[in-house]
Amino acid sequence: MRRFISTLVLYSFISTLPLTVTRAQTSANPNETLIKNATVLTITRGVLPNTDVLIRNGKIAGVGKNLQASASARVIDATGKYVMPGIIDCHSHSMLDTINENTLAVTSMVRTRDVINPTDVDLYRELAGGVTTLNLLHGSANPIGGLNTVVKVKYGRPADEFIFPGAMPGIKFALGENVKRSSSPNQPGVTRRYPNTRMGVEETIREAFSKARDYKKTWDEYRAAVNKGEKNLLPPRRDLQLEPLVEVLEGKRYVHAHCYIASEILMLIGIADEFGFKIKTFQHVLEGYKVAKEIAAHGAGASTFADSWAYKIEAYDAIPYNMAIMTRAGVVVSVNSDSDERARRLNIEAAKAMHWGDLTEEQALKLITLNPAIQLGIQDRVGSIEVGKDADLAIWNGHPFSVYSRVDSTLIDGDIFFDRQQDLARRADLAKERATLEQADPNKPPAQGQSPNAPRRRPRAHEDDDVWEGERP
Amino acid sequence: MTRVKSVIGTHDSVMRRQGEATMKSIATLTKMFFVVAALTVTISAQQIGNPTTQQGVLPQRGTFVIRNARIVTVSGADIENGSVVIRDGKIAAVGATVNAPAGAQTIDGRGLSVYPGMFDAGTNMGLVEVPQGASGTVDTSEVGEFNPNSRAIIAVNPHSAHIGVTRVEGITNVVSAPTGGLISGQAAVINLLGTSPNEMAVVPNAALVINYPRVGGGGGGGFGGFQQQTNLAETLTANERQLDQIRKVLRDAEAYGRARDAYAKDSSLPRPNLNVMLEALVPYVRGLQPVMFRADREAEIRGAIKFAEEMKLKPILLGGDDSAKVAALLKEKNVPVILTGIFQLPNREDDAYDLLYETASKLQEAGVRFCISSGDPGMEARNLPLYAGMAAAYGLSKADALKAVTLYPAQIMNVADRLGSIEVGKMANLVVTDGDLLEIRTKIKYLFIDGREVPLTSRHTELNDAFKARK
Repeated sequence: MRRFISTLVLYSFISTLPLTVTRAQTSANPNETLIKNATVLTITRGVLPNTDVLIRNGKIAGVGKNLQASASARVIDATGKYVMPGIIDCHSHSMLDTINENTLAVTSMVRTRDVINPTDVDLYRELAGGVTTLNLLHGSANPIGGLNTVVKVKYGRPADEFIFPGAMPGIKFALGENVKRSSSPNQPGVTRRYPNTRMGVEETIREAFSKARDYKKTWDEYRAAVNKGEKNLLPPRRDLQLEPLVEVLEGKRYVHAHCYIASEILMLIGIADEFGFKIKTFQHVLEGYKVAKEIAAHGAGASTFADSWAYKIEAYDAIPYNMAIMTRAGVVVSVNSDSDERARRLNIEAAKAMHWGDLTEEQALKLITLNPAIQLGIQDRVGSIEVGKDADLAIWNGHPFSVYSRVDSTLIDGDIFFDRQQDLARRADLAKERATLEQADPNKPPAQGQSPNAPRRRPRAHEDDDVWEGERP
Repeated sequence: MTRVKSVIGTHDSVMRRQGEATMKSIATLTKMFFVVAALTVTISAQQIGNPTTQQGVLPQRGTFVIRNARIVTVSGADIENGSVVIRDGKIAAVGATVNAPAGAQTIDGRGLSVYPGMFDAGTNMGLVEVPQGASGTVDTSEVGEFNPNSRAIIAVNPHSAHIGVTRVEGITNVVSAPTGGLISGQAAVINLLGTSPNEMAVVPNAALVINYPRVGGGGGGGFGGFQQQTNLAETLTANERQLDQIRKVLRDAEAYGRARDAYAKDSSLPRPNLNVMLEALVPYVRGLQPVMFRADREAEIRGAIKFAEEMKLKPILLGGDDSAKVAALLKEKNVPVILTGIFQLPNREDDAYDLLYETASKLQEAGVRFCISSGDPGMEARNLPLYAGMAAAYGLSKADALKAVTLYPAQIMNVADRLGSIEVGKMANLVVTDGDLLEIRTKIKYLFIDGREVPLTSRHTELNDAFKARK
């Protein structure tokens, strides 16, 4: 029992420790790295065997045979290994301290940027799966939800360094069961939040964009008047809820819309066409295969799962062929995690599109690299291995589409953020540190009196916004 | 052990109330459904379930010879260019050369590999169709703490869409287990083929399932941020109390069994009334049949081993997240482990990132008997080979990874005389592939269960066929 108590106390203590080791390992920051003799999965230029990748100042400076680096460069011998672009997860809630502002149907005024926590250990676990970029989305409680944040997984660095410069701003929309609050109980004396049906969801979005259009006109008229030289005008009152929707109307903010069934997908396309904006990605979009041609015609992308069928009614018709059918219809498709767990094995999720639906290897690789980059407006920076792009790379000990492969190291902007050998090497020290902490006075139970309360476990609400993890058998 | 991850800031009590609300709406829906069903019979088959892959008539047990294939027997050496004969539901011959019976249907196995069907020993297959928002389809967890007479084989839905989706990936067998309370009920070993639970049953009452009381209460779930702060001393006392309750029930069953046997020999003794709950426990408290203990953390695993020894039970550990830390004891006591947590995040912040990936290899090194399970209710049990593959990426040999989803679960569930490898006399549950069975890119070419060639169709292939050509 004593051991148990001290262990519990220890957890709360450890979680406040700075991640000194990780920081040390990345602070070397050599300006030049040469990855030698790898099989390079470039995504845009095929598979290059026995090829070097040269990194200078965080960018890919060369891809070819027998590249030369300066004497001070860090050299990684990748003989027998595979190098691919860092994996991009187009739907994540990692490092968010909270996900859903669920009190209103339209919460476009809230920002995930305000709740990011750079010490979330799951970030490190995702790096160990080759992931380098995340689209941090608000949850799916509202037809129009909060604003997204695109980050690079620079675990060990301050929050500001995570932000992906130049990524297109985005906003979360959501349709269907979560928005209708199908899983929320009716509570006596409490009025249900509107909307309660897919009809009401459509109406909510239509009303919000009607207001946004009027708001935009008000500002446009004001600016026109100012430009004409009119004096002493009062500017319109700013509306933080409507401003992001105006940006959507102006094509300056991408819409990432959570959805499941075919009818609601068509509904949102209808509204977007009517108001003259585009849906950048349908998220989850498990019945996208039923309306693939309409999604393609609108020009929307799709970011989906291979699994997660039948966990709720609106997912009952999900099939793993979804990625392939939408890809063949001309939709830009990605496969995402929506889960800190699944984010660690997106390589396998992409390979499922070869097993179910016969995508080519290149098409399947794009599902976790170039396609999500396009969906986030960062395709000029990441998503393929090309000279001039960011050196965000994952080095695998075998082909990333083999179940027997694992990540050896993950680089972002040329810096190593995960290295399996370093991870293994420091385990003995960490165990020693842990043992020392367990013996430390603050972690000993009191000699007498009441036993202490168990510390709260760190919340894991950010694991998924809506994916049911199932019942343990 | 409900692990409902939700949606929008719910917590336990809310979820329970929500369940009741859903029940009411389901009841209304059900009424409407019957009205419609009365009008047209065909609609009923298309509600929840397969549109057409539901089978009212099983494929015949045929006589087959698969020739010129790589035979991965699992129990013995691979045969690089060999044949397998299937007859009367069994494997009739296997080898480099075999004598094919007259009239056997020949399958050209050139470029293909033959494997035993995979076996997932930790599911609720057929007990739940749509867990969230359709509680009418959920039959995993009975009310109350002690339900040893609650049997999975009674409620397994042979027409669940999960079954077809799972078997076309080469998984021919599962353990389907109930989940609730302290003693959940009895798990079944089933074939993933059959028009009734009885036709599916390999061992209808294969193991008793006990949720070993978890310090801190409840199951493995918990909604982050909503947990009550609990007093440790009270928590530990509550834990002991639950264990005492289980102990008492099992002791009662021992006494009941003795009284029943005594009366059978000597009818002058007092006649014990039939007690269905205690009756169900008798084979388990006598150590004739295995007891699955769900336990994940070190403290619970050690507790379960100790408790099983005290009560002279035949334990199997189900879950086993921390089992690598207890490997020496598991080996010493010869307790096998059904690992279900390979794709879970490590439980503690300071756990190594690959702790659960490499647990299987640690158990293997320590000589502990184990197998790998998806731990999935059913819909995604099809990913079983990927769990084994991940264990192999982190230290387990490829050969052991394959055994961990074929022969090892069969051995642990005491059905290795019938399942788990390609040997003469075993049930003909076989998979023919175009590559390594565990690799994601590999495709299944033929599937046999109980000597019947099973079509490679499922709800998913049908929906794919229905929509892939939509222009």
